[in-house]
Amino acid sequence: MVRITRKVEFSASHMYHNPAFSAEENRRVFGKCNNPHGHGHNYTLEVTVAGEPDPQTGMVLDLKELKEILQQEVVDRMDHRHLNYEVPELAGKIPTCENVASLIWTLLDPRITKGHLHRVRLYESDDLYADVTEDAPPSGAEGNRS
Amino acid sequence: MKVSLTRRYKFAAAHRLHAPALSDQENRRIYGKCNNPYGHGHNYEVSVTVTGPVDRATGMIANLGELDPFVNREVVDAFDHKNLNEEIPVFQTVVPTTENLCREVFRRLQSFPAARLERVRIEETSKNSFEVTSDRDGPESR
Repeated sequence: MVRITRKVEFSASHMYHNPAFSAEENRRVFGKCNNPHGHGHNYTLEVTVAGEPDPQTGMVLDLKELKEILQQEVVDRMDHRHLNYEVPELAGKIPTCENVASLIWTLLDPRITKGHLHRVRLYESDDLYADVTEDAPPSGAEGNRS
Repeated sequence: MKVSLTRRYKFAAAHRLHAPALSDQENRRIYGKCNNPYGHGHNYEVSVTVTGPVDRATGMIANLGELDPFVNREVVDAFDHKNLNEEIPVFQTVVPTTENLCREVFRRLQSFPAARLERVRIEETSKNSFEVTSDRDGPESR
């Protein structure tokens, strides 16, 4: 098993606001992220695909192909956009790092047909990232942790 | 799918690696320049990973408004600009290697109430790092 990782960057704006909360509760829970005018980040996305290298090409998945998938599914959809208003898949969700990373996993997973999607890591800043991985197998179902 | 959140914190501290059970010569041989009796220091970078369900109302595993003050109180404020050997009680009997520092940070953070502590990773310098993770079925056993 070999894992390959491709990195891509995009910039987007967002704000955190739950319409079910009062204005005061929104400010308390979300702090400055609740600023109604929004704010933005330079996001860095690292996508890891795991699999066996093809004996003919020596590749798990051609990184050019992965780059094109990331461009279509993530950059074209999110770069220089407002995540609350311009990404319909996030409608009704707070566009936190956790939720954006989960959406990216959902978008990429069916597109990875060679190898399989192993991890999505989304940095909102150098000091904060969310990881999405497959569910851990049931205890004892795989591997030996002795 | 499983989602985790990792937040990085920084502190600067002094330490000295010296095991009292060993002779001075053995300490010098094992720890090298880290055994300098006057100590030395590092800019430590601590990455704290928490996991758990993403709350539908907030979109969060853990609110940084709760995680940051907790980590700052338990670790950053406690260790920043301190001498680990002299000022952190556990390191009066345990050598403050970064392995042991990881364990102490994990121990201090595992009572975080809002999410499950999964991993503590400490970079002592940009060239070395250390990790403690929770066992699958519970917190790290010591």
